[in-house]
Amino acid sequence: AMLDPDSGLSLTIARIVQRLKGSSLHSQLERQARVSLHKPEIKLESLKEDIKDFLKTSGWEKKLQNAVYSELNVFPAPCHPAAPPEHMKEPLAYMRKAQGSWEKRILRSLNSMCTELSIPLAQKRPVSEQKELLSKWNEMGTDEPDLSLFRPVYAPKDFLEVLMNLRNPNYENGEQPSFRNHLGLIQVPLKVKDIPELKEDFSELGLNIGQLGIDDSAQVPPEFFENEHVRVGQKVLAEQDSAAAQQYVRQGCPTALRADLWALILNISNQPEDILYYEQLKSNVIQHDLLVDSLIFKDVKLTASNDDYYFVFEDYLYQVLLCFSRDTSVLEHFAYSSATPPKSYIRGKLGMEEYAVFYPPNVNYNSFILSVAPLCFLYHEPSKLYQIFREMYVRFFFRLHSISSHPSGIVSLCLLFETLLQTHLPQLFYHLREIGAQPLRISFKWMVRAFSGYLATDQLLLLWDRILGYNSLEILAVLAAAVFAFRAVNLMEVTSLAAAE
Amino acid sequence: MAGKVKWVTDIEKSVLINNFEKRGWIQVAENEDWNFYWMSVQTIRNVFSVETGYRLSDDQIVNHFPNHYELTRKDLMVKNIKRYRKELEKEGSPLAEKDENGKYIYLDFVPVTFMLPADYNLFVEEFRKNPSSTWIMKPCGKAQGKGIFLINKLSQIKKWSRDSKTSSFVSQSSKEAYVISLYINNPLLIGGKKFDLRLYVLVSTYRPLRCYMYKLGFCRFCTVKYTPSTSELDNMFVHLTNVAIQKHGDDYNHIHGGKWTVSNLRLYLESTRGKEVTNKLFDEIHWIIVQSLKAVAPVMNNDKHCFECYGYDIIIDDKLKPWLIEVKLHKIPEETSFSFHRIKLSRFQCIFETVSFVPQVSGLRKMLESKIGHVMTKLACAFVSYLFGVSICLWLSVLSFRSSASIQLDFRGSLNVSSAIRYCISSWKIGTGSMERNIKLKF
Repeated sequence: AMLDPDSGLSLTIARIVQRLKGSSLHSQLERQARVSLHKPEIKLESLKEDIKDFLKTSGWEKKLQNAVYSELNVFPAPCHPAAPPEHMKEPLAYMRKAQGSWEKRILRSLNSMCTELSIPLAQKRPVSEQKELLSKWNEMGTDEPDLSLFRPVYAPKDFLEVLMNLRNPNYENGEQPSFRNHLGLIQVPLKVKDIPELKEDFSELGLNIGQLGIDDSAQVPPEFFENEHVRVGQKVLAEQDSAAAQQYVRQGCPTALRADLWALILNISNQPEDILYYEQLKSNVIQHDLLVDSLIFKDVKLTASNDDYYFVFEDYLYQVLLCFSRDTSVLEHFAYSSATPPKSYIRGKLGMEEYAVFYPPNVNYNSFILSVAPLCFLYHEPSKLYQIFREMYVRFFFRLHSISSHPSGIVSLCLLFETLLQTHLPQLFYHLREIGAQPLRISFKWMVRAFSGYLATDQLLLLWDRILGYNSLEILAVLAAAVFAFRAVNLMEVTSLAAAE
Repeated sequence: MAGKVKWVTDIEKSVLINNFEKRGWIQVAENEDWNFYWMSVQTIRNVFSVETGYRLSDDQIVNHFPNHYELTRKDLMVKNIKRYRKELEKEGSPLAEKDENGKYIYLDFVPVTFMLPADYNLFVEEFRKNPSSTWIMKPCGKAQGKGIFLINKLSQIKKWSRDSKTSSFVSQSSKEAYVISLYINNPLLIGGKKFDLRLYVLVSTYRPLRCYMYKLGFCRFCTVKYTPSTSELDNMFVHLTNVAIQKHGDDYNHIHGGKWTVSNLRLYLESTRGKEVTNKLFDEIHWIIVQSLKAVAPVMNNDKHCFECYGYDIIIDDKLKPWLIEVKLHKIPEETSFSFHRIKLSRFQCIFETVSFVPQVSGLRKMLESKIGHVMTKLACAFVSYLFGVSICLWLSVLSFRSSASIQLDFRGSLNVSSAIRYCISSWKIGTGSMERNIKLKF
């Protein structure tokens, strides 16, 4: 925090250079530069400048810009050089502690399930089983394994209980609960934005600015907004500019352009090496059987298979999630996540690092599944679908499952929601609290799933447009509060939690 | 004329009765004075039969055309479409234009079909051109997927050979007749699964053609992954999307019933294929519906007391070309899944609202005739029914605000009132509310 801007900038630059150095983009740029030597316009005297110009005109500079922009979006600003690595994960000690004990609890639950069912956490598959799985890869949905003994590791309300019990040991609030302090479930003093700040941050959502989903409906002549907006979108795609795309989607994406725009913002290009990586993950799945696979199966069967919109994509969900749980590149995001992956060892190889299997950060797939499913409406090619999901996860969704003080973390979102409601709809808030229907108990499951499963797909995609556009999950809390405001009149009349739901 | 509409039905289904009651209509018996009769197919035959039939008065409407089977029987539908195409070709219409392979450019929307046993030899000729193709056999008189099977060898249909000496099958009665169509073995797959489209179309009159399409059509998915492999030709769970068949499969789900709304399909196609091709697909689907209705219009008994609701079954292939498989009589389905129950209710709601204006018109006509004479009345009625047709459309689009169901009027007729109506719609997009108020006052 006590870092002067210059050294902060150079640290950032150094880190980005470090990360991009080994990447495929780097080798491609080198190759392009070498190829350009054959071109007549490249002269030996002005070699450096000419190559730079060439890279600019051929669009490679843009690709580099997009990669840098992506890095800036994902990784937080570097801390003070003296700060330990835990600080980048989570600066507040009590949060780290809470996350640690939550993780221990999950792992204990997993282990006890293993012992009960005498199934190892991970084991190598016999060859015959491998062959069978390979042949069934595209239709795992027709499998009906006996999953009755598997239970979800935790439910959203368990997680909410943990969040409710978070306390900052340095903060003494001896006052009696009254209207001058916070009456909600979350009792930690994190800073959240108020309406004026939100208005400024989300300025593109103002009433005088056109939005897709509202201003493109059948009653509005398309000349007012829609045509121009689509035209700008096509231009942004033609320019292949990540930063411009991110700005553009704040007003919503046209359905036909959304898949490409999201890929541009997330900097996903589906290169041959990406496809190869996906195939490698697939072979990992074939070769090793993990306990979590059964949990994935069970959760998909419970959630997506019964969903009006997503049941069609059941098979894709298995493929993506099984691969995801074996993807070690996901481990990178733990550098800035408050969570730490639980580690397990292949049966019989305890302690040997090369046989370590990192567990996916969140073994309650309930929320995962529904964050993959909407993407199936946009991408039907498995490796691209996979990459988009992975990127969405390591940028945004992981924050919904771990305890941290980050403004987009679930704790802050809950607090933001409650604060907005208490400040602007105090009567409603008080009424609901009185009848034992704390608003957060209702809206928690919406936010923790980023509203997937609670909104029609076209509406959900418009919401996720804004998550990408603003690079933040705060919009979820704002939407949750807005839903309560919208239904305020009806809610004032209910007398129980069940009725409120 | 301010009296309530009196209704009768011989089909005891709650979805019908709930809708009648919601509108405050009064239930009466068949022998009483009724305005609206929702009748079964058997009853319509009686009403219009030469011996036992009776005249319908001006303020009575029924929900079937007497010879609906021209469209709803598989063999007659194909016959009518083939005849329609030949007629257009004979009069040199540009609609009947063919490409260099002899295929119709605009009217090739039904898979190659033959009647068996009548066209057996023609079929064999066609089969031999592509011996590796698969064909689907469907009995003419049955529904819900009964009796359908796939073949890829001539030996499998020896029974229908006309001059077969081994055939004990000499009866030419229409019950045993089959149609055989080229099987579309490259359907568009979503999530690896085959699906078809079911769209509902209401026809209030055939000449001039006035039809409405219900916005909430749906896609029916097979529960099992699609494979064109010949080993699975007998597995009806792979190939037939009829809910009556699928619901007996292991994986059938009663919550969503294996169905998607058409708006989901649109969202998926626009997102993965782009807006232009999606719009083109839906335009082509509307075109198919209109052309098929035009094809049977000349042979339909266009009784003014009749309207009818059809279920169109359409399959989309992987080149995004829609194919008309069948037109079904709208029957009240047995099973339903929770989400689709609501859609069904609103569908009937829309049907009633569309047609309920009709009795009120005829009362006004009588009054006008007595005041301004026959010819003037005719002119006024023509003008008013033009406006009236338009207002229905507008009013229905207002409906879409209030309920989630709506009817969309969209078809590409090259002549007649239909295109005029469409033109009016597009220029009268705003201000529909006041239009509705004005018409209501007049009537």
